[in-house]
Amino acid sequence: MTNHVEKVTQIINRYGANKDSLISMLQDIQAVYRYLPEDALRIVANELRLPLIQVYAVATFFKAFTLQPRGKHLVTVCLGTACHVRGARAVLDEVKRHIGIEPGVTTGDMQFTLETVNCLGACALGPIVVIDGKYHGQMSPRRVKTTLKVYRNKPTK
Amino acid sequence: MVELTIDGIKTRAQEGTTVLEAAHEMGIVIPTLCYHPGLSAYGACRICLVEVVKGNRSKLEASCTLPVEAGQVILTDSERVKRVRRLIVELLLASCPHSKTLQDMAASMGVNKVRFKIKNRGCILCGLCVRYCQEQMKSGGIGFIGRGTSRRVGTAFGLTPEECRNCGACEWICPVCEQACTAPSLIDGLCGGCQNLVPVETCTVCIRCSESVGPQGHKVY
Amino acid sequence: MKKLTSVADLERLRRRILSQRDPEKPRISVCGGTGCRAYNSQEVTRALKKELRKQGLSKTVALKQTGCHGFCERGPLIVLYPQRIFYQRVSPDDAPEIISKSVLKGEIIDRLLYVDQMEQKKVRFENEVPFYNRQQRIILGNNGIIDPTDIKDYLAVGGYSALAKALFQMTPEEIIAEIKKSGLRGRGGAGFATGLKWESCRNAPSPDGIRYVICNADEGDPGAYMDRSLVEGNPHSVIEGMIIGAYAIGAHHGYVYIRLEYPLALENLNIALEQARKYGLLGKDILGSGFDFDIKVSRGGGAFICGESTALMASLEGKVGEPRAKHIHTSVSGLNGRPSNLNNVETWANVPLIINRGAEWYSKIGTEGSKGTKIFSLVGKINNVGLIEVPMGITLRKIVYEIGGGIPNGKKFKAVQTGGPSGGCIPEHLLDLPVDFERLTDVGSMMGSGGMIVMDEDTCMVDIARYFIKFLTEESCGKCVPCREGLDRMLDILTDITEGRGKETDIELLEELGNLLKEASFCALGTTASNPVLSTIRYFQDEYEAHIKERRCPAGVCKALTTFTIDAESCTGCGVCLRECPQGAISGEKKKPHVIDKSRCIKCGLCRDSCKFDAVIVS
Repeated sequence: MTNHVEKVTQIINRYGANKDSLISMLQDIQAVYRYLPEDALRIVANELRLPLIQVYAVATFFKAFTLQPRGKHLVTVCLGTACHVRGARAVLDEVKRHIGIEPGVTTGDMQFTLETVNCLGACALGPIVVIDGKYHGQMSPRRVKTTLKVYRNKPTK
Repeated sequence: MVELTIDGIKTRAQEGTTVLEAAHEMGIVIPTLCYHPGLSAYGACRICLVEVVKGNRSKLEASCTLPVEAGQVILTDSERVKRVRRLIVELLLASCPHSKTLQDMAASMGVNKVRFKIKNRGCILCGLCVRYCQEQMKSGGIGFIGRGTSRRVGTAFGLTPEECRNCGACEWICPVCEQACTAPSLIDGLCGGCQNLVPVETCTVCIRCSESVGPQGHKVY
Repeated sequence: MKKLTSVADLERLRRRILSQRDPEKPRISVCGGTGCRAYNSQEVTRALKKELRKQGLSKTVALKQTGCHGFCERGPLIVLYPQRIFYQRVSPDDAPEIISKSVLKGEIIDRLLYVDQMEQKKVRFENEVPFYNRQQRIILGNNGIIDPTDIKDYLAVGGYSALAKALFQMTPEEIIAEIKKSGLRGRGGAGFATGLKWESCRNAPSPDGIRYVICNADEGDPGAYMDRSLVEGNPHSVIEGMIIGAYAIGAHHGYVYIRLEYPLALENLNIALEQARKYGLLGKDILGSGFDFDIKVSRGGGAFICGESTALMASLEGKVGEPRAKHIHTSVSGLNGRPSNLNNVETWANVPLIINRGAEWYSKIGTEGSKGTKIFSLVGKINNVGLIEVPMGITLRKIVYEIGGGIPNGKKFKAVQTGGPSGGCIPEHLLDLPVDFERLTDVGSMMGSGGMIVMDEDTCMVDIARYFIKFLTEESCGKCVPCREGLDRMLDILTDITEGRGKETDIELLEELGNLLKEASFCALGTTASNPVLSTIRYFQDEYEAHIKERRCPAGVCKALTTFTIDAESCTGCGVCLRECPQGAISGEKKKPHVIDKSRCIKCGLCRDSCKFDAVIVS
């Protein structure tokens, strides 16, 4: 990865290099790189004069952060209670089967990253799968195949 | 000075002290795991819980963090407290079966079986090592990573931190890791991380040891 | 746009806004909440805009995208003014007809009307919709008529008049007394008396005079989205409440801690804050009163525990969300060690209402111990899924059947879960329970933030208990032993039970661990974590026993305990299931009954979902 210093420092200064805003800084950094690169975390720790482990601890505590690069398409399955009661687990199992990975993992070809979330607050549409920010409501195991097809560049296998 | 009653005995304690300290002054020893007088109180292990009685109701509170208050009525060894302590020790043993400290504690409390599947995590997450490194050594080389059951003590990216000064305190203060690293030589003991010592059986994390190693490793018990 | 520097300025502006609005002028309001947006309501708005332009009506007909109307099951929703014609399940293709028929001629389009199942009647107007008129929408009511991105809409409905009254006609002590008198209790779950909290924060010493007011918008309970809709649809009501609270407490700095998973709410909140600042309602010398106060927004990082006050404050300090001992309350020493007053979104939204209409009026609503209204998200196995606002004291039965419209597909009601992962499941025989803080706690549940999940005969209560414990094991911060280790072991036991490995001693062990968490955990996440398990054991012990003793799941949910078979009598041999089966476990010749190879069946349910003849039986 190329030199992150300028970009990351810019983000740090956006918050006045204030330690309190560490989480916001990491969110902005992840928005740019789509994950948290090691170098970026080292720069943050350096600029904020924090032990690296403290920044690392925050990066590993909050589910929103990922230290691994994400795939092209982010598939998020909602596992909130309302969605669960309407069969979200079966939907997740079907998605797992189709993409071939467990939640929290990215496919080898960097096409898909699968994650789960505990309620998006759109409970009338449950079960919900969000792909690249688009909400696909009333999902069922049957609809998984056709919904995912749209996002595939090349056929599977 | 504040007047309170511990185990039926009236006593006085300095304002600002904790119930644990006040009890200790009286000679009452409340068991602890994550507490150390030289470090900030953490309140995580819950072994030091005592019963705080108010009228005809009572609540359990961690004595290491509970400030003394005038008129407090404390029970350090009631049936309720004993029951809770036993279950906590049983849970910890299920995650850290080889710890002599835990085994001794279990024996003294009458816990003689573990009803849960043994998952050898080798760490009770008491945080003593982390707090020592941060508060006494002012290094902050190790810390807590992740959360929930995946919470663990470690270093950033699993690498030796720049701040580590090889003091070995993290190994020394650990209540569950009984043995020092038994690596045959310093080179083999260098696992590249600064974490709690990982002897073969108990600890999960390896600290880079100091220079004074004998032929059998760092310390020989 | 000049800043408002006095109440007179504010009232002048309000009068001017109102004078420019003609209540008889035709107006279309489209619900733009996250739920309806997922149903493409933005496309509906675009289509309506296009059609208005096409017919040259852009200046004569107002089109507004509002916040969440609450009747989420029926989205996209639109309301046509001035008649208040109510259309549901609107699609972009309906736009031309809506404009030509309804807007121009006042004609009703039948197929877009809501049909009330119970009375078998088509409902034409919004105020006739039983779902709405059985509620008391004093907080949510404005969601349907204001555009959250336009402060003028909020001003038009009387917004910021409570602030003016508080700043210029009341002292901080009087404001606190009024809130105390109203009986307002925290809407975030714990239900602590708001007035008392404000008072203790105001009275707590602060050497440098700094105090904070914080809004907890980290709505983490799965299934609850009341706060999302309030912040999305009426952010100014929350802002106004916070400014009043800050003035009463003596705080000049405010924070809103909002969930990362609510991008639209975040966006609308930021727009509202900007506008409030522009108008001099936030910032230095608010309305010329001499009072300075501003609000910063902080986003959550995806951690349920950060809904707990001390963990939230730790997060605001850039640290991990690890709770702190609460021997010293946060109102005395909170964020950065200063006195901090934390309240939930809905609590803040109640404040302007109480100041404007008075504590006496407010305290007439609700029960003795629980005053005012409460917003609930009614979700799950219920016909009318959506947000409801009801007076405290209404019975669960009324909510489920009269407002919720009962259980879909003729299924039988089994339980309603309140309070999220900290709450419990309430069975059928307790449906006449009034909704009230104490009453809900008495039966082993709690009010919580307002999630109300309805479950039917096809829901397995053991699976539900397992679901909540799994959720909590992922969200526990991991600091204390009872929560971290206890929840992990409870999950192991519940997993064993749902997969057919339950033991006779399991229920007792679950209760023992559950009680340990209740007594010994460090924070409220832990002490309430066992409620779902303990309440399901209390009311549905027979289901647990069926799983353990008979290796059977009565609801047919737990995969390991169910078998899929094809009923040879109903099967027509059409072969659809054979093609759908991902494991190739179904075999059979055309037009002959098919068979499922149980050793290959993974119980995904695709065959049952695709069979047109209901020939797949789950037992």
